[in-house]
Amino acid sequence: MTDEQPSVRAEWPLYEVFVRGKRGLNHVHVGSLHAADDQMAVRHARDVYTRRNEGVSIWVVRADLITASSPDEKDPLFAPSGDKVYRHPTFYAIPADVPHM
Amino acid sequence: MPDTTHGSHPAPDPNAEHGSIFDGLLGSDASQWAFGTDFEDPLAGVDTTIPDGVAPADLAAYCLMLADDALVASHRLSEWCSRAPDLEEDIALANIALDLLGQARLLLARAAAADPAVTPALPAGSPVPPEDALAFFREQEAFRNVRLVEVPNGDFAHTVVRLLLFATARLALLERLAHSRDHVLAAVAAKGVKEVTYHRDYAGRWFLTLARGTEESRRRLLAALQELWPLYPEMTATHDVEARVAAAGVGVDPATAADEVDVVLEQVFAMSGVERPEGAPLAGVRGRTGRDGLHTEALSRMLAEMQVVARAHPLGRW
Repeated sequence: MTDEQPSVRAEWPLYEVFVRGKRGLNHVHVGSLHAADDQMAVRHARDVYTRRNEGVSIWVVRADLITASSPDEKDPLFAPSGDKVYRHPTFYAIPADVPHM
Repeated sequence: MPDTTHGSHPAPDPNAEHGSIFDGLLGSDASQWAFGTDFEDPLAGVDTTIPDGVAPADLAAYCLMLADDALVASHRLSEWCSRAPDLEEDIALANIALDLLGQARLLLARAAAADPAVTPALPAGSPVPPEDALAFFREQEAFRNVRLVEVPNGDFAHTVVRLLLFATARLALLERLAHSRDHVLAAVAAKGVKEVTYHRDYAGRWFLTLARGTEESRRRLLAALQELWPLYPEMTATHDVEARVAAAGVGVDPATAADEVDVVLEQVFAMSGVERPEGAPLAGVRGRTGRDGLHTEALSRMLAEMQVVARAHPLGRW
C-alpha cells in the first residue's frame, strides 16, 4: 500500500516475544516484531515465531516497557559474581535416597 | 539453591558460553535444533477404505470441490508473498496459504483414490503423484472451486473480505464434515477446523480494524465487500453432487450451514458498523457455476501461471 495517507503510516510499536516450548518450563525470549496493539502482537507472534511447532504459550510485551540494565553497569553488576563458584551447590555429595535432584 | 522441581537440569556451568535464544524450546531432540518436535501425520492410523453407499465418481467430485476451493484460495493468498503491507502480515498470509495448500493436497489425493478416472493422464514413467497431476495438469473446466476464490487479488481489504467470507463458510462446513462416514474426509476436516478457525479469526479482526480505522481503510473495505458479495452465495448453494454425498452421510450439504454462516457474518458486520450488502448473486450460465467447472477468465490466467513449470516438465523430479 504505497498510497495511504502519511498520517496513518506511523510505525507500529515494537514488541518483544517470549515463547514456551512444549517441554520447556519457562518462556524464552525468541525475538521481536511490530504490532498495532497487544492482541495483534500475540497473533503476529503466533504467525512469526511458532510456525515450526515450537510453542504452546506466548507472552508479548511492549519493548518500551522493559527496563534493562545498561552495558555501562556491566562490571559493578556482574563482575562480582564471576569468582564465586561456591554459589553453585556442587560441592557436596547428594545422598542416593534424595529424589528429584 | 536452584529450583529442585526439575532436577534433570544440570546446575548452570559458570564457564559456559552464552546459549542460543532457542535453548529450552527444543525438548530433548537436538537433531531438530531449530524446529519444534512431535509433528503429526493427519492421516496416521486412519481407515482409507472408500465407504459404501456412495458412488466413487461422486466422492471424487466432492473431494475436488473441497480441494479446489482450498487450492485456488491458497494460490491467491500466496501471491501476496513479499508484497503484503507489513512483514508480519506477509508471513501471516503465507501461513494461511500453506494451511489451505495442505488441505488441498490431502483432498486431491483422496479424490484420486476414490476415482482414478479424475486424474489426468501423464506420459509413461512420470513420477508426478496423483494430487500433483490433479493440481497441475487439469484444464480450467475440470476445476470445481467456487468463483469467490478465483477472482484476482485487489488491495489488502479485498483479501480480508474474501478470506472472511471464505473461512466463515468453510469452517461451518468442515465442522460438520468432521462427522463424515468417510474416515479420511473426517480426519482432513478435523485438522482443517483448527486451521480455518484461525483464518476466520484473522480475517474478522482485520475486517473490524479496517472498518473502524481511517476513512480510507473503511472506504476500501466497503468497496471490497460490495465487489465480492455477489460471489458469496455460491459458497452455501447446493450442487447435485453435494446433495448426493450428503444423503450418503459422506459429505455436507452447504445449505445446511448457511444460517450459521450468516449469523457469524452478521455479528462481524454489526461489530464493525457495516451494513449487510445488497446485491444479487453473480449469475451462472444456464445454471452452471464454479462447482460445474464454469469459471471467470481470471482462473485460466491464474492456472497458466500456477501450472506452467509442472507442465513443461511432466517427467521432472522435484
